[in-house]
Amino acid sequence: MMTIIFTLIIVSLIIAIIFFILFIISVKTGQFDDLHTPSIRMLFDDELVKKEISDKNITN
Amino acid sequence: MSKINCFHCGTECNIHKIEFDNKTFCCNGCKTVFEILNQNELACYYDLEQTPGTIPSDIKGKYNYLDNESIAEKIVEFNDGQTSVVNFLIPSIHCSSCIWVLENLHKLNPGIKVALVNFPKKEVRITFKNSQISLREVVELITSIAYEPYISLDDDKQNKNSINRTLIYQVAVAGFAFGNVMLLSFPEYFEMDEFWLNKYKPFFRGLMFVFSIPAVIYSARDYLISAYKGLKHNILNIDVPISLGILVLFFRSCYEIFSETGQGYFDSLTGLIFFLLLGKMFQQKTYSFLSFERDYKSYFPIAVTKINKNKTEESIAIHNIEKGNRLLIRNEEIIPVDGILLNGNALLDYSFVTGESMPVIKKSGDKLFAGGKQTNGAIEMEVLQTVTQSYLTQLWSNDVFQKDRSKNIKSITDSISKYFTIVILSIALISGVYWFIIDKAIAFQVVSAILIIACPCALALSAPFALGNMIRLFGRHKFYLKNTNVIEAISKINAVVFDKTGTITTNEASDVRYEGTPLSEPEMSRIKGLLRASNHPLSRMLYDSINVTESKIITEFKEVLGKGIIGSVDNYEIKLGSHSYVGANEDLINQTNIYVRINKEIKGKFIFQNAYRKGLEGVFKKLTAELDISILSGDNEGEKQNLQKLLPKYSQLLFNQKPENKLEFIKRLQDKKQNIMMLGDGLNDAGALAQSDVGIAVSENINVFSPACDGILDAEVFKKLPDFISLSHHTMFIIKISFVISFLYNIIGLLFAVSGNLSPIIAAILMPISSISVVIFVTFSTNFIAKKLLH
Repeated sequence: MMTIIFTLIIVSLIIAIIFFILFIISVKTGQFDDLHTPSIRMLFDDELVKKEISDKNITN
Repeated sequence: MSKINCFHCGTECNIHKIEFDNKTFCCNGCKTVFEILNQNELACYYDLEQTPGTIPSDIKGKYNYLDNESIAEKIVEFNDGQTSVVNFLIPSIHCSSCIWVLENLHKLNPGIKVALVNFPKKEVRITFKNSQISLREVVELITSIAYEPYISLDDDKQNKNSINRTLIYQVAVAGFAFGNVMLLSFPEYFEMDEFWLNKYKPFFRGLMFVFSIPAVIYSARDYLISAYKGLKHNILNIDVPISLGILVLFFRSCYEIFSETGQGYFDSLTGLIFFLLLGKMFQQKTYSFLSFERDYKSYFPIAVTKINKNKTEESIAIHNIEKGNRLLIRNEEIIPVDGILLNGNALLDYSFVTGESMPVIKKSGDKLFAGGKQTNGAIEMEVLQTVTQSYLTQLWSNDVFQKDRSKNIKSITDSISKYFTIVILSIALISGVYWFIIDKAIAFQVVSAILIIACPCALALSAPFALGNMIRLFGRHKFYLKNTNVIEAISKINAVVFDKTGTITTNEASDVRYEGTPLSEPEMSRIKGLLRASNHPLSRMLYDSINVTESKIITEFKEVLGKGIIGSVDNYEIKLGSHSYVGANEDLINQTNIYVRINKEIKGKFIFQNAYRKGLEGVFKKLTAELDISILSGDNEGEKQNLQKLLPKYSQLLFNQKPENKLEFIKRLQDKKQNIMMLGDGLNDAGALAQSDVGIAVSENINVFSPACDGILDAEVFKKLPDFISLSHHTMFIIKISFVISFLYNIIGLLFAVSGNLSPIIAAILMPISSISVVIFVTFSTNFIAKKLLH
């Protein structure tokens, strides 16, 4: 009875600390340095795909 | 005739327009870019945004120096022999099309592996294979699609890319600790004497203690160090009471949990550190696309072409140029050193140095000063001075550039914290003595409670949030400040010094004046007709200024580079250009002009003058009500009378000022106990900008070069300058009000503390409430006042 609470708290803390470490690592590798460009870049994928399809149509 | 805009860059097309693929282009360069992109399946570029491009510049041979390995080494960030990584600043990045096309560079050349754009910084990081493409070819490739990188002497540095992310880590640690401690301390807030709660108490308290250790040692480190340094120099800065609060909180909490007398104040402690760091982070607003630290090095090229005695060309680094060397300066290149022109048509653009937008014509044998940009073909010159000893660059040997000025500024928070600390310490002492007499056991508790509750969290947050918010509001209205200290400095100024050319005059519009035999209307319309055919900037400007319908019948048109244009309109032979071209007498006044000759008769000349910025009179009128105004100009006294009309009588107007004179002038004013705001624009103002209390660079295009300064003012909002100054005053007033509010909270808290009733829950409620309400107050009031004044 007693130990289950200890275990739960310790497990939850370990998970929290893992996420915290992952966050620190992602900051360190520069993932948060540029917050603006990725938001524009994600819109491009559609354009590129469309272009490739139309190219294929032409070659066919 | 309806106006047609270029498909690529959106510039209005004149008669030189080019039709290609059912599209219209303003020039050959734009057409070429379109062709390149179209052939490589990148025409999507034009679908993402309307007219996204810029006109490419002609750079033949300009980047040959990149083949020189010792120079290339300085630019490339990483090179393992097979692949290289290079980071370029590209000022022309401005829209999503730019990102798209640059990140698809591999379609243009398979040697490029990855290209990644950082839009806010206007940078692109390119990874390429050395075996397939060289650095020079990479640069020429991106220049060919009109994204010319900006490679300057400033790139000649090692480790420039170490970004400081310490504050983010500190906030993350403090936030993590705060969240967990809050959760763990929550059960005890209700003081329930329950079996299970009592069982877990030591475990919860132990965990809180563990979490608060990194928060105090790592996150709060800067406050403790700053307080220690302050005390060492006998300065009671704001960090002293903060550190005192943090340390007392920590040690009293430790005492409580180890003696098992209470739960401690770990929640308040970590919360305090977290809020303080958030305020610090908010204050650090940076404009990643702007640089406030530029000197001549970020403007000058990294290498030039040297002509050896045996007529061979060689790229050499700027620092290796020696007296007597012969240099080849190509079109669009910058003259790096003082020298003498040997041959070629020199048409030099000194706008980054003096602010004068009209190019200057030089003949062989003339002295050339460093900093000019050649705009008319290649020239050869002989070196007279090395880089550091040139007329312009020796300005940087002045002491003013060595000083770190940020340390001298005493902020409003620091000046008030001195009295605050003294008052708090005396209250703690008095009540400590009082309780010592009555009850010794409580005395320790009361003193520590006073120091905890007096910790000036709200006080320390009000200035960062008020100033941090104002700096953002300024930025939204195109006035970009280096840091929040500048707002305080602006609120203290009592004199404003302006540079003339480029600062209070505009480069965009020119006044054109005609001198000589009056021209009839048909003659004017013929001149206009001829001008339409020319693409020279002066021709475009003159064309725009003539208000008659143009004559359309032009036969024979010829443009002589750097000299002028000739053509027949309605059977009149018209010649427009420099004095030597039309055969007029040379005039000695230093001005930009176009001579007119019609059928062998010299009629007169058009004189170009920079026009004053719109609203200049209003700015002067508003400013003179409270501040002294002076004007410094590197030009002659030609404009003295016009300026005197705009200014009050006692204003100082100084002409023929060298860069050093400007600096000395500011120093003299400062010796009279005046706080100076200097507004300038070119490299020649750099000394004065650095010496003044607030140096503001006025810029028509904020993406291009501006000298080191405290703030960059977009020329568009020049007329709002008085509003920005009065907003700075208002901001300081708001901060003072918020100080009063946070003192009130402190007094409430002190009442609890002095009477010995400060429980952890009261501390945990009072601290965030006071901080948050002060933050809300300053944010709302600064927004309100900015809206009212700047609309």
